[in-house]
Amino acid sequence: MKEDTTTPVLAAERKEKISAERRGFKETATPFLRAILAVAWKDLASEWRSREVVSAMLVFALLVIFIFNFALELDPKTRSSLSSGILWATFTFAGTLGLNRSMAVEKDGGCLDGLLLAPVDRTAIYFGKLLSNLAFMLTVAAIVLPIYSILYNVNLFNPGLMLVILLGCWGYVAVGTLLSSMAVQARTRDVLLPILLFPVAIPVLVAAVKASGGYLSAAPWIEIAPWVNVLLVYDVIFTAVAFMVFDYVVEE
Amino acid sequence: MIEVSHLVKRFGPKTVLRNLDFQVAQGEFVALLGPNGAGKTTFLRILSSLSRQTFGDVRIAGFTLPQQAAAVRRKLGVVSHQPMLYGDLSAEENLYFFARMYGIEGYERRVSEILELVGLVHRRRDLVRTFSRGMQQRLAIGRSVLHDPEVLLLDEPHTGLDQDACDILDNVLLQVAARGRTLVMTSHDMARVSDLASRFDVLTRGTIQASIQHADMPVDGLLTFYRGVLANAVAEKEPA
Repeated sequence: MKEDTTTPVLAAERKEKISAERRGFKETATPFLRAILAVAWKDLASEWRSREVVSAMLVFALLVIFIFNFALELDPKTRSSLSSGILWATFTFAGTLGLNRSMAVEKDGGCLDGLLLAPVDRTAIYFGKLLSNLAFMLTVAAIVLPIYSILYNVNLFNPGLMLVILLGCWGYVAVGTLLSSMAVQARTRDVLLPILLFPVAIPVLVAAVKASGGYLSAAPWIEIAPWVNVLLVYDVIFTAVAFMVFDYVVEE
Repeated sequence: MIEVSHLVKRFGPKTVLRNLDFQVAQGEFVALLGPNGAGKTTFLRILSSLSRQTFGDVRIAGFTLPQQAAAVRRKLGVVSHQPMLYGDLSAEENLYFFARMYGIEGYERRVSEILELVGLVHRRRDLVRTFSRGMQQRLAIGRSVLHDPEVLLLDEPHTGLDQDACDILDNVLLQVAARGRTLVMTSHDMARVSDLASRFDVLTRGTIQASIQHADMPVDGLLTFYRGVLANAVAEKEPA
């Protein structure tokens, strides 16, 4: 068999091309984007090692849905109408736990100061934390949904419902990340976050419950659309507000 | 390199820094001495842009705080008694993370150099939470000089370190100083600072009460100077 002498050369050229493309991305990626990705990567890598945040959120979420399942002896009709409320109560409580822990990790050992000393726009830290918190919340949702579906005998695998979960989680995490960075400065941070967060998150939770309920009861789009719009508007407004005020919130 | 004039910092009704003036030339190694609660940490937090002054002008490397904070942070390295490191990341991963945050090009090579400098090459892949306090502090020094800052601010870096760890830390600091970098360090350890610094400022009652320049300051001389300044400050406060 004839030896293909070009293969190593082609492989080397290909490798160089890929490396140049990667370099190109690194060079063109703005410091802002680079910092966002670095913060998100750091959180996900730490979590992969410790599994501290997601495991706590998951255990808590499963406990909540089990308690609701056994505490409320509901007929099938009532059960389907309550499903979306129970689902969002589960996400909300578990999410609060995750938000608290995610920011507490930064406070321990002075890591938050280390982040704030970086010569980047501080909102990059906010967006990095937002991405990692969203990833934690969606991971928990991905595990909880099938179990919930079996326990409550409802089909939750609906693309529209998935979109609502994504928008609802984004809104909740957007405001939660901002408030947790405020609460982490206080001695009573564990208690303070839910007190600050729940009143502000009422619009997103109501809209998420209504939109999810609409999808679960197969309501027409015209009934669901206003709630999805509320979610979209809430997400945009609170992400923009956080972008504007994060720098002041974290300053001493 | 550092110019501070008429600096005031208030926390509510309490004034921590009163009309403080402070200048440091490039390449100077200044030890900032003072009793607990004198305002040393607050002062360093203002210099490092982590806290905002109530009044006064602060300029570092030609940039004004707080208006040009991002530019100042690029010129600064900060070490405190907290390591500012992530326990669930390895030594190498911690430095990679901060290198990305500082936008250092070709950071893999730089991280290797830093690990060599602080003597942690053999532990580069170990999680930071498995490190002793001394090793964490060495890595913290490495993190602070990763971007080759012009000014290094150190807030009681020797706290909680054993003798060997202190020696290694001092060796790193002297190497940084030998490269013409400006260092400001707070400490209560007179023996250590007398070996390291070339200028000694005493901060008490929210302002710099006295300053002495001496390249080879003996510990006894430094202690006498320090106690004398504190005694004068007390005498001024409580006139007979």
